[in-house]
Amino acid sequence: MTALLEVRDLTVRFATQDGTVTAVDRISFDLHKGETLGVVGESGSGKSQMVFAITGLLADNGTATGSARLEGQEILNAPASVMNKIRANRIAMIFQDPMTSLNPYMRVSDQMAEVLVHHKGMSKRRAVQEAVRLLDAVRIPEAASRVTMYPHEFSGGMRQRVMIAMSLLCQPDILIADEPTTALDVTVQAQIMQLLADLQEEFGMAIILITHDLGVVAGACRETMVMYGGQLMEYGTTDGIFESPTHPYTRGLMRAMPRLDAEGGELATIPGNPPNMMNMPRGCPFVPRCDYALDKCWQERPRPEMIDMPGEDETRLRACLRKVEELG
Amino acid sequence: MTDHSTLLKVDDLRVWFDIKPQGAMPWTKPLKLKAVDGVSFELKAGETLGIVGESGCGKSTLARAIIRMVPAETGTALWLGEDLLSLDRKQMRGHRKELQMIFQDPLASLDPRMTIGQIVAEPLKTHFPRMSAKEVKEKVRLSLERVGILPNMVNRYPHEFSGGQCQRIGIARALIVEPKLIICDEPVSALDVSIQAQVINLLMKLQAEMGLSLIFIAHDLSVVKHISDRVMVLYLGNVMEISEASQLYKSPGHPYTEALISAVPIPDPKANRARQVKLLDQDMPSPLDPPSGCVFRTRCPIAEVRCAEVKPELADRGNGQAVACLVR
Repeated sequence: MTALLEVRDLTVRFATQDGTVTAVDRISFDLHKGETLGVVGESGSGKSQMVFAITGLLADNGTATGSARLEGQEILNAPASVMNKIRANRIAMIFQDPMTSLNPYMRVSDQMAEVLVHHKGMSKRRAVQEAVRLLDAVRIPEAASRVTMYPHEFSGGMRQRVMIAMSLLCQPDILIADEPTTALDVTVQAQIMQLLADLQEEFGMAIILITHDLGVVAGACRETMVMYGGQLMEYGTTDGIFESPTHPYTRGLMRAMPRLDAEGGELATIPGNPPNMMNMPRGCPFVPRCDYALDKCWQERPRPEMIDMPGEDETRLRACLRKVEELG
Repeated sequence: MTDHSTLLKVDDLRVWFDIKPQGAMPWTKPLKLKAVDGVSFELKAGETLGIVGESGCGKSTLARAIIRMVPAETGTALWLGEDLLSLDRKQMRGHRKELQMIFQDPLASLDPRMTIGQIVAEPLKTHFPRMSAKEVKEKVRLSLERVGILPNMVNRYPHEFSGGQCQRIGIARALIVEPKLIICDEPVSALDVSIQAQVINLLMKLQAEMGLSLIFIAHDLSVVKHISDRVMVLYLGNVMEISEASQLYKSPGHPYTEALISAVPIPDPKANRARQVKLLDQDMPSPLDPPSGCVFRTRCPIAEVRCAEVKPELADRGNGQAVACLVR
């Protein structure tokens, strides 16, 4: 099966006053139709810049190299005219803070209709009808009367629903959700995650879900990619990664989370601080905080390698110089 | 070591804010926003009380009212037998060194123009103006050491530290006056998972060493359950339940607690699929116009007619659980 989106060796660099910063370092992955890929990482792990590069939204001082193919068509660094079409019809994106992504001066009806009038050439009236239909689909009560409200008249959860409805207007093949529930309460988060799952079933789009919350990934994604310092650390099926994490960072991350269904006591911690992008180690980005680091880890940057998981028929990508058996 | 005397006893605390309705004239009567509406609880020496609830439930306002950062409408807060809410400014000042607070945004709560040495020493200058410079320096060194910041960093400024380190500095500043109670208002919400675990462990270690009491406010139920002895669940300014932390998860007494717990994603794909998420309908009602009777009844799956008429009292169920529900 060919993938819907095929990303190979994607690298993002930023030119800054203090030199070049590599925010994303040779990331590769496949996204299949109708599937959900979770991307997990702490702040500064490059997870957002990775999708910005794919959608052509990098800041002016950023450059992307490598390749990203959407059904065979190269979209990385494609000209703006091409990207505008792709962002309209193929790839949609929702962000963490719905208030800052909606225009506070425009009624929801106007913002949503604008998209359809511009991209699909619909009449304004027809477009507003379509907007109401989608607000209904994301379960906003009394959509027909609320469509003319301004964003500030909605609650946080409702605003995120408006954003989701807006992203679905042109029926995209891929929905990129960048921390869609981070700013929301847990009860609202549960509603939104349920909604995304239902909509995926209904519309059949693939989702890239970017989050720092392992719990959200466990509930929603079939595949998971763990990033750190701009690099892929581990990539495989969600079940497999949670069942038997093989990278020291993935293991540390899982042990560091307090769990509702476990007893208290001291939490395992990952010592040290998240990496400073200006000052990355030459070798593995995780090496200053890794319990298993060897001398060579400081010198040599590990590349993701396929490993076979014993007893399971899944394969997994893993970037670590130590063998799985050596980690005990 | 912990003795079990009562440190703080809050009784029927109410905090109401005056809100001007839209289009108000100068003579229009302001609306009352009942941010905290009749909260009572006890805190024992050496104990950690967690406070959870969705945004807008009044958890921060409650804490702020106790230390008189916002004025309370009615109620008492007995601190070792003395009512904090009826003290004058000067008397209150004498108690402030016993109750310290740490905040959510670690960088914003530190003055950017002061070195961390000055920041940590500031409470001493306020509460012990006659302390010699030498003694101040020594205490700052000890306090910073306690939270894991190297003493040779005293001349640096807050922006030179990471989020986790800034939170440690905030804790050092609170500890330097040797308080009996620290109120932690979302202290780890802004931190990455790996750093969050470090700060939680630090707080638990300091508590054991110094016999501190903590009021730990957070929206993350897993974190609260991990660190707290007892947990108070707030909804629209009302206490729904106060239970021992392990009890709360094993057998939640209130339907709202149940919904909150079921909404927390568990970082384990299999466990996640196995359980039923109890989604709450709608959004939280406006605190300007709370429902009659039980404030939760509009979203409650088991609400009955009488819930609209009678406001349930918090009733002790034995086994360390007190619940405010008429039906259960």
